[in-house]
Amino acid sequence: MANFYETGPAKPVTESVRVDKVTPGARARHNIRAAAVILFAIIGLIPIFIMVVTAFKTRADVVAVPPKVLFQPTLEGFVFLLTERVVLPPAALAEKKQSLEQLDWMERVAMASGQTITGPSDYVRRLWNSVIIAGISTLISVFLGLLAAYAFSRFPIAGKDDLLFFILSTRMLPAVVVTIPLFLMYRQFGLHDTHLGMILLYTAFNLSLAVWLLKGFIDEIPKEYEEAALVDGYSRMQAFRKIVIPQAATGIAATTVFSVIFAWNEYAFALMLTSEEARTAPPSIATMLGRGGIEWSAIAAGSLGFLIPVVIVTFILRKYLLRGVTFGAIRQ
Amino acid sequence: MATIELRNIEKRFGETYAVKPFSLTIQHGEFVALLGPSGCGKTTTLRMISGLETVSGGTIHLDGANITWQKPGYRNMAFVFQFYALYPHISVRENIAFPLKAEGMAKSDVYKRVDEVVSILRIENLLNMRPGKLSGGDKQRVALARALVRKPAAFLMDEPLGALDAEYRESMRAEIKRLHLSTNATTVYVTHDQVEAMAMADRIVVMSAAEVQQVGTPADVYHAPANLFVARFIGSPGMNLLAGPRRGEKVELPGTGNIYTIPAPQREVLQAATPEGKNVIVGFRPEAAMLNEQGALTGEVYATDMLGAYKLLHVSFDSDTVVHIRCDRMVSHPIGARVRFDLDPQQVRFFDATTEKAIGPTQSAGTAPISVQAANAQEKAA
Ligand SMILES: Nc1ncnc2c1ncn2[C@@H]1O[C@H](COP(=O)(O)OP(=O)(O)O)[C@@H](O)[C@H]1O
Ligand SMILES: [Mg+2]
Repeated sequence: MANFYETGPAKPVTESVRVDKVTPGARARHNIRAAAVILFAIIGLIPIFIMVVTAFKTRADVVAVPPKVLFQPTLEGFVFLLTERVVLPPAALAEKKQSLEQLDWMERVAMASGQTITGPSDYVRRLWNSVIIAGISTLISVFLGLLAAYAFSRFPIAGKDDLLFFILSTRMLPAVVVTIPLFLMYRQFGLHDTHLGMILLYTAFNLSLAVWLLKGFIDEIPKEYEEAALVDGYSRMQAFRKIVIPQAATGIAATTVFSVIFAWNEYAFALMLTSEEARTAPPSIATMLGRGGIEWSAIAAGSLGFLIPVVIVTFILRKYLLRGVTFGAIRQ
Repeated sequence: MATIELRNIEKRFGETYAVKPFSLTIQHGEFVALLGPSGCGKTTTLRMISGLETVSGGTIHLDGANITWQKPGYRNMAFVFQFYALYPHISVRENIAFPLKAEGMAKSDVYKRVDEVVSILRIENLLNMRPGKLSGGDKQRVALARALVRKPAAFLMDEPLGALDAEYRESMRAEIKRLHLSTNATTVYVTHDQVEAMAMADRIVVMSAAEVQQVGTPADVYHAPANLFVARFIGSPGMNLLAGPRRGEKVELPGTGNIYTIPAPQREVLQAATPEGKNVIVGFRPEAAMLNEQGALTGEVYATDMLGAYKLLHVSFDSDTVVHIRCDRMVSHPIGARVRFDLDPQQVRFFDATTEKAIGPTQSAGTAPISVQAANAQEKAA
């Protein structure tokens, strides 16, 4: 330790780092910080871990004290989530047990707790509503956002700064403030509890984010790229399609993920403005708490199923989310 | 064919001029350099010619047709951007093919043409790479290939070598010049490097502060600069410029006993142009001075730069007048030594001290530019 300043580190330093970062003290502090970050990450992941584990537990295991770490996994939670069931009288139950082989796996799982399936639950439909509403509103807002961002980035527009601020300001009011007037308006226009209504609402919300995010990305694309195309005989729209969109892929991917996540997770508006037809997943998971005892494993399974699409979208677009793949051919 | 005619074109951004009105005719096959310091309006001029920028006044004609308000794609000109502007998301081959695809050319023809251009520039080995992976020189070659592929009537190049290392710059300079001579396309070449302009251009348009200072051959702007700006800007170092009052046929230059006698052929013009006793500026290039024991001018050696082939002496006349003199590399001149020299009367220029304009002709004797001759000869042969 004492002679570090004379001998230097034991191993040659092969990464790019400042001299005062390789002293033993600095290394130790670095390790402490790294350990703290890992600890926080673990704490942050505990709820997700519990959710995943709970989704595969039986009713009894869920409420066991102390919590069971090792348990027999079951799909009960998922079956309860996806189906409507009734409790069978003992006689009917015994009768059904005879023909166990002919039953599909869902029936068998239901029967383990003395129930039989009467039909699919609302959850599937609501998850589907979520997919439709989040998907379409994201497509529209990214598409419109891209056009608007391009215009803001490239053309002289009167009152550009004010317009951009106005667009941003639509995000400033908290949801609780706008739900009541929206609720009344939607009632009036027949948009209450419709897919169209929810798509319009989420599009309006995501559009401002999309415009701002995408404008940042498009600003970074040198305008010489399009000018080169214009000189070569392409139209502005062709240049936009062939040059700007591929160059902005990173930004488009990021905007898509943000929009999907917002529309997918949104709770307050969905609770107020939908009831049956267009109800999305988030408020329906919450209402599951109420019916005939708390089905913890079904709720966990529902939350898990709800998380998966977001994970998939992010995973598919991960390549584009890493910045820097498209930049670098121009030096400025 | 492409004769580009600029008639009184100008550009204002708001109230300020980026380019003040000027006219210029660029002959078919000519290589014209727009030369000037950064911010003087070179790029703006080039962009007006290409149609990427509108003019605020004046008109642009291509082979007699007014194209001032035609869109960029219509003009059949290729633009080479300072920072290459190669599309990073497609390969070099696709980059070069890109302009052809705008015309809806058949695929096989497109790639045949790409291969032709690629072999001219000797970049066959780069075809499948992405532009981001290329060195500066190779990027520039690809950018040239992309410009060349369409067989444009004119090339517009905006400091194409500005971002290159010195090592590449000279070989690319020769390459561009060779391309120009073999294609005969009218070329407008923007640069802030006077060496580049001198080496490559048939004619140089010297610009400063949004204004065209002089249009002339490299010999013109070097030997007969139109004003003090051009005299200083061209050459490294620039022209030596000494001010002093004219008395009769003599000019009293700074320093003690530095009386310069105006060469006989210029006396009359000069006496007519400057009142007796008023300042006139005497200009001469470093190589116009000849060291000579009996020389009329004298000063003290202030510094000596050994430049390989020759030596450059900095000679101070007084505390704020230093002139540069080229001399033999073998002779040593200790600092502080007194030297005397004469000026070659053929190479001395005079400037008005108030207007800063040259007194006398601003064209050196010469013929039509080489590449214009070549283009005309080819046209006749065809
Ligand atoms: N789009 C623009 N808007 C406002 N001013 C501009 C614009 N483009 C260029 N200018 C100004 O015009 C002048 C000339 O610019 P430019 O032609 O790019 O010079 P150069 O290429 O000779 O360095 C500069 O002062 C620059 O700031
Ligand atoms: Mg420029």
